[in-house]
Amino acid sequence: MTVVFFLMRITGDPITAALGGRLTPAELAARRAEAGYDRPLIVQYFDYLGGVLSGDFGTTYTDRTPVTEILTTYGAATFELVAYSVVVALLLGVPLGMIAARTRDRWPDAVLRIVAILGYATPVFFVGLLLKLVFSVGLGWLPVAGRISTRGEITMSTILNPSPFYLLDALRLGNMQLLSDVVTHAILPAVALGILTGGIFLRLVRTNMIGTLEMQYIESARSRGVPESRLTARHALRPALIPIVTVMGMQIAMMLGGAVLTETTFEWNGLGYMLAQYMKARDYVAVQGIVMMLAVIVALSNFVVDVIAALIDPRVRY
Amino acid sequence: MTLSNPVPPGEESTADTDLAAEAATVAAGAGSPWYLRLPILSHLRRSVGLQRGMLVTGLVLVLGLLITALLAPLLAPYGFAATSADGTAFGTQQPPSAAHPLGTTVTGFDVLSRVIWGTRTAVAVMVCAVAASLFLGVALGLLSGYVGGWLDRVLVMLADAIYAFPPLLLAIVMSIVISGGQSNAWGGILAAALSITVVFIPQYFRVIRAEVVRLKAEPFVEAAKVVGTGHRRIMGTHLLRNATRTLPLIFTLNASESILTLAALGFLGFGIEPTSAAEWGYDLNRAMSDATSGIWWTGLFPGLAIVLAVLGVTLVGESVNDLNDPRLRTRRKRRRSEKKVAA
Repeated sequence: MTVVFFLMRITGDPITAALGGRLTPAELAARRAEAGYDRPLIVQYFDYLGGVLSGDFGTTYTDRTPVTEILTTYGAATFELVAYSVVVALLLGVPLGMIAARTRDRWPDAVLRIVAILGYATPVFFVGLLLKLVFSVGLGWLPVAGRISTRGEITMSTILNPSPFYLLDALRLGNMQLLSDVVTHAILPAVALGILTGGIFLRLVRTNMIGTLEMQYIESARSRGVPESRLTARHALRPALIPIVTVMGMQIAMMLGGAVLTETTFEWNGLGYMLAQYMKARDYVAVQGIVMMLAVIVALSNFVVDVIAALIDPRVRY
Repeated sequence: MTLSNPVPPGEESTADTDLAAEAATVAAGAGSPWYLRLPILSHLRRSVGLQRGMLVTGLVLVLGLLITALLAPLLAPYGFAATSADGTAFGTQQPPSAAHPLGTTVTGFDVLSRVIWGTRTAVAVMVCAVAASLFLGVALGLLSGYVGGWLDRVLVMLADAIYAFPPLLLAIVMSIVISGGQSNAWGGILAAALSITVVFIPQYFRVIRAEVVRLKAEPFVEAAKVVGTGHRRIMGTHLLRNATRTLPLIFTLNASESILTLAALGFLGFGIEPTSAAEWGYDLNRAMSDATSGIWWTGLFPGLAIVLAVLGVTLVGESVNDLNDPRLRTRRKRRRSEKKVAA
């Protein structure tokens, strides 16, 4: 965090970057003084650090919104998207990874490996574009973008104290039309991001499963006559999943990056979408604030993942 | 087992004979002309089946990318920012036709030309980013591992901090820092490359530092010290040459990642002005709204270009990595290698 703060300030202050050239030097200096950017760097740094520690990530420059407010307003949407896509990724990655491990070096494995590499090579926004072209424009099955239709939004606004999660609200209302509206909007973004993550899961499951299947206890179970399908599904799966939970922590950072792109692709009103909007507006105070916040989220979730890994795996004890 | 000791038949599937065949192949390779022992070519010779297919596909794609980038002015029918030729405007969002094989964009650019010119940007950024991060990462890793002490501790802490940061977000921050948002062709390319460099440096740094710390305790380094070799020479000769063995893998992975990061930056709106250079990510961003009205050609082709470029580099990297790791290498089937042994 410190690194980013100083990096951001090395080349100049955000106001010069955002408005430089459009204002006279005198006006610029006045604005700078108002925001406190004319003070010594170290004072600014401690001021900023103090703010972050007390939960204040700064205020956006263009529309004067506290960054924490952006988090509470749009964070839920991002969370929802990431959660859906993890479900998709698990549904895709784990079974396919198991198949690949069982058929190691034969054709299903070869096909799946190529699919996984393709999944890595395709940027998530291109997947999104293709999905849009096929399912929204071509077949007309699913909506093009957004989290909810305008009509759904009107229905949604009738709820007394709405939660930020559209799916929960729709369930609470018990309105089937609204529910399907919310779900159909979520399918394409979730699949786009899920494919990206699913490819990573596939490779992880495959590698770990191959390692586990070579263990002696698998061999002994096989000699007892345990069928092959049960071996992979029961005996090998659990130990093979442990390293995956650990690696998940590292993937969260990548998934958030993917979420930023997915949200921009589908105009999904989350943190990433806002980040892109502020970037377009050259509001670098907001960009810095959101990036910092995301970094803190990543760090926290890494910590949670470590704890979960310790709970699952009795060998890891702190 | 060697040529004079042929493998008895009947043991066709044992690991032993496989290894023997392996050894025979390697031995045959050692006596081959120098050009067959070059990194990629020797890998090509050693590979079989799927792995060879992957490597060949990757090489073809990478060569195609490089050639297209080199010959872009000859291959592209128009300039990347041209909206008219011979006094006639292209028209906007025209579907593919004879004059514009891949159609035109919303601003009236020729899609095919932009895809072709885009290879230049991608290759330039890839080369700059990988070269810069390789150089800086290796230099810092050597220094940190060899000198040790507080310098080492500070650098490791910094590298860990950067490593834990979401890569794309870091690249965004860096791009703002470096270019301040506005950019011409080379400024934009360098800014993008440097933003990506910052993300990659810790990877090289970690690998090299770990190796150097291990090597520093080896007798040959101590011997060099005893004879009074200078620090610079120890670092440059004794340590550097021994520590760089694992680099090719990171190198290729980073090359493909840099293309993806560049596209992502362009897609999010940072990057190179469309009139100063063609960039696939930016084109895809503009194509998003086209897709809603059923215009598929503006997005499909830049996207495919990204996929093919990344695919090529990744395939080469993956297969070279697999071939270097004996546990992952697919061995020749017994029958084929027998011919080799007999020959």
